[in-house]
Amino acid sequence: MKSIIERIKKGHFWQFHGGIHPPEQKFLTNDKPIRTVELPQELIIPLQQHIGQSGELLIKPGDKVLKGQQLTQFSSPMAVPVHAPTSGLVTAVKPSTIAHPSGLNDLCIFITPDGEDKWQERKSCENFYQLSQHELISKIANAGIAGMGGAGFPTHIKTNTQSSVNYLIINAAECEPYITADDLLIREQSTTIIDGIKILDLLLKPEYILIGIEDNKPEAIKVLKQGTKDIEKIIVCVLPTKYPTGGEKQLIKALTGLEVPSDKLPLSLGIVMQNVATCYAIADAVINDTPLLKRVVTITGQALEKPQNIWALLGTPINYLLAQCGYLINNDKHLIMGGPMMGFSLANDNVPIVKTTNCILAPSEEEISTKTKEVDCIRCGQCADVCPSQLLPQELQWSAKAKDHNQLMKLNLFDCIDCGACAYVCPSQIPLVQYYRVAKAEIRQQQILDLQAEKAKGRFEARKLRLDKEKLAREAKHKKAAEARKAAMNNKTASGKSATSAVAAALARVKAKKLGAKAPQEENIVNVSDITQRTSDLSDKQSQVAIVIAKAKANKEAVKAVNSVANEKNETTTKIVKEKTTKDKALDITLVVEQKKEMTKAATEHSTTPTLAIADDNKEIKRKEAVAKIMAKKKIKKQQEIETK
Amino acid sequence: MAFWIASSPHNHTQNETSSLMRLVIYATVPGIFAQWYFFGWGNIIHISLAIIAAFIAEFSVLSLRKKKISPELLDGSAILTAVLLGISIPALAPWWISVFGVIFAIVIVKQLYGGLGHNPFNPAMAAYVMLLISFPVQMTLWQPPLSLMAFDLDFENTLTAIFTGFTNDGFSTDQLRLHVDGYTMATPLDTLKTNLTLGLTVSESFKSPIFGQHFGIGWEWINLGFLAGGILLIAKKAIDWVTPVSFLASLFICSLIAFLISPDSSASTMFHWFSGATMLGAFFILTDPVSGATSTKGRIVFAALAGLLVYLIRKFGGYPDAIAFAVLLCNMSAPLIDQYTRPRTYGHQGEMK
Repeated sequence: MKSIIERIKKGHFWQFHGGIHPPEQKFLTNDKPIRTVELPQELIIPLQQHIGQSGELLIKPGDKVLKGQQLTQFSSPMAVPVHAPTSGLVTAVKPSTIAHPSGLNDLCIFITPDGEDKWQERKSCENFYQLSQHELISKIANAGIAGMGGAGFPTHIKTNTQSSVNYLIINAAECEPYITADDLLIREQSTTIIDGIKILDLLLKPEYILIGIEDNKPEAIKVLKQGTKDIEKIIVCVLPTKYPTGGEKQLIKALTGLEVPSDKLPLSLGIVMQNVATCYAIADAVINDTPLLKRVVTITGQALEKPQNIWALLGTPINYLLAQCGYLINNDKHLIMGGPMMGFSLANDNVPIVKTTNCILAPSEEEISTKTKEVDCIRCGQCADVCPSQLLPQELQWSAKAKDHNQLMKLNLFDCIDCGACAYVCPSQIPLVQYYRVAKAEIRQQQILDLQAEKAKGRFEARKLRLDKEKLAREAKHKKAAEARKAAMNNKTASGKSATSAVAAALARVKAKKLGAKAPQEENIVNVSDITQRTSDLSDKQSQVAIVIAKAKANKEAVKAVNSVANEKNETTTKIVKEKTTKDKALDITLVVEQKKEMTKAATEHSTTPTLAIADDNKEIKRKEAVAKIMAKKKIKKQQEIETK
Repeated sequence: MAFWIASSPHNHTQNETSSLMRLVIYATVPGIFAQWYFFGWGNIIHISLAIIAAFIAEFSVLSLRKKKISPELLDGSAILTAVLLGISIPALAPWWISVFGVIFAIVIVKQLYGGLGHNPFNPAMAAYVMLLISFPVQMTLWQPPLSLMAFDLDFENTLTAIFTGFTNDGFSTDQLRLHVDGYTMATPLDTLKTNLTLGLTVSESFKSPIFGQHFGIGWEWINLGFLAGGILLIAKKAIDWVTPVSFLASLFICSLIAFLISPDSSASTMFHWFSGATMLGAFFILTDPVSGATSTKGRIVFAALAGLLVYLIRKFGGYPDAIAFAVLLCNMSAPLIDQYTRPRTYGHQGEMK
């Protein structure tokens, strides 16, 4: 770290890859003081002006509010409150176009100023060194401060860190063309900004504080150097002008030579970065108890008569500010919120200024053409030369057009910072960043869908598992019951003493009679078909082909068996009939039963497949047959699936 | 009242592909001028023929492909292809050589692969190779420099020679190739190659008048012309300096090693630089972004490979010059080179998967 500081003190910095030098156009506004304008007719305050969640409403339409009064409450840590920029009447809380590239509507509070600009009670703090860490952070959080450089990350989260901080970097690079808001703010409010830096120093306790500023702001550099010359810790680092030096990752690389690992925050390197305007807001909040109510906005572009910087109340509609600067165009408006490189065009000029708005650009047609002349990529590679993330924009573009998401991830699409350098230099004028934005959105969408699909799959599999388990349990239960029944039956028929055995005997008798009367062949055919079905039931793990073969075999064998068994049976039944007259009834019956058993056994042995125990319970058999049929059907299906695959 | 909606970035350098192409075409002028000065009107006639044929071919294919005709026709890429092919063709080759070559370049090599930006091969060089393989006789109709020619060759004579095969005075192109001494002329590279196979040393073969005082009458100036044009392109940032430097360095090193090992059978490094199409290849062909490698590292590898191939083919191959073959081989390897020379993205450690 020492060597880094030594290098910095010598004025040697690192180079980040690529970068461009678009026309700066800062001369339009950097020679005029920041102007304050009169209160507009109406203020529109979106509930959400930062990354995170919006707070809950504390007011309702019809309420009178004082300047600085909190309008929303924050319940979650990522929420930041908004305040009334002036005193007046809340006329409505309704959706209105917000400052967002989508041009969508979101909930906004409409305030009609009463012109008195009456403050709520404030407690200014003379010596912030007396405040505790906790008090400072809660003051920042209550003031509704979110990063004012563009992203709008809640500042109180960034300042409330447990890990040790090596460098606090104050971003005053302001690398976007046209914008001079930070430049002018430094020139006019350097004392407050330095107070803000001191407060951050108290909170973060960094080893060094580096102020990164581009060399195209000589006056601001002078003021900052003057203001910080007594503070050992603070080093004003003057960097060569190159877009996008003000990008967080690029500024860190330029100042320290370190690279923020992909998917990690600068804090992982012990670095915290804050924008100068945020420092001003912090000081104002802590010292003057003034929440974030206004900010400097550069209103610029050649479509304006008097481009200038303005202290704009948050919520001021853009058309009001444009009117203050002499907007010349009535038709075909082209308005950009932010700079020409990363700003977004507005669909409506009633959009309010929010915490992250640093510039409104109203260019003339000559200045920023609305014509697009996109032609095919000629692989010139200029985009790769200027990419500050060292990506391969042209390959990304091809993959984005082909929707090859895997390749896009391989090419590190998500390390793209949307700076627009590639599209700026592209001789084929391909809107590269637009392709990446779409691709990023598609991939995010796909990830959400994948996650949902994964969840659904998990649910389905859990259900299947449960059903299978239940089925197995059911089968086991049935099997057990069947066995129990069979065992009981055997016992009973063998003993032939109990009352139930008489019933069984009667049944057996009936059957024996039937056997005698019926054509033995017919009966046996039925039997065989029965057996084959059971076979399919039993041969759970065999393939359908095997089953078919087995069936065919069984049929063949069955025919044989039928013949032989029929002969046997004819003999046995005649025997029985003969012996019936002389022998005891019970004995007779048992014999018959045993004969029958033997008979079925013979049949099964012939068909070479095992059989289930013959249960007399008709219902049970029917049910089992049904199950067997279903299973056989399933198997056929499975087999077909496998084959079609 | 309408609001213009667009995605950022909103401003642009206002560079256009067509202006880039125009600049490259202008940069060929010094080289073409040298060709004209030493070899007469032949190449300029071929360039004009090629441009006309290129326009017609491009127009036909674009209309068949139902593309917007005017922006693509006027993007200059077809003209550039025609100019580069016209420069490469022997000055006295028959007219249909350049016409056929450029139609092949535009229709097959460029448009059938998807048009500008999608062709894997440099159209001019692919066409050149096709012509060289298919019409070896016509493609080796190299004439001697005007100062060494047995006959006067003015514009009219050149024109009739190209269109009919005979000058107004009734000389055939083969006769035109005759040297003042009665030898049939070849290029310096060709002469050297033939002489070396005949067992002569380099210094002995350099006594041939075609080499003049340095590396070949006319050829050295043509190469200097293209070098000047190339430096202009680098100064204007139209091309990356990495490619030509890597190519010339590679060729220099290869020829230097061979020269140090066997000075009698190897030409000097500067001979390799200033003969044949070396400078044209270095600054105008290899720098073609469409068929080349894209990253800086990739370009270094790509051009160094081209230098090595040029040397190997010149020295051991069957053809005296090798730029076209080397370029095509490198074009084929460009995607592979790109694959393995991807830069490390900010915040990523180590190599890419």
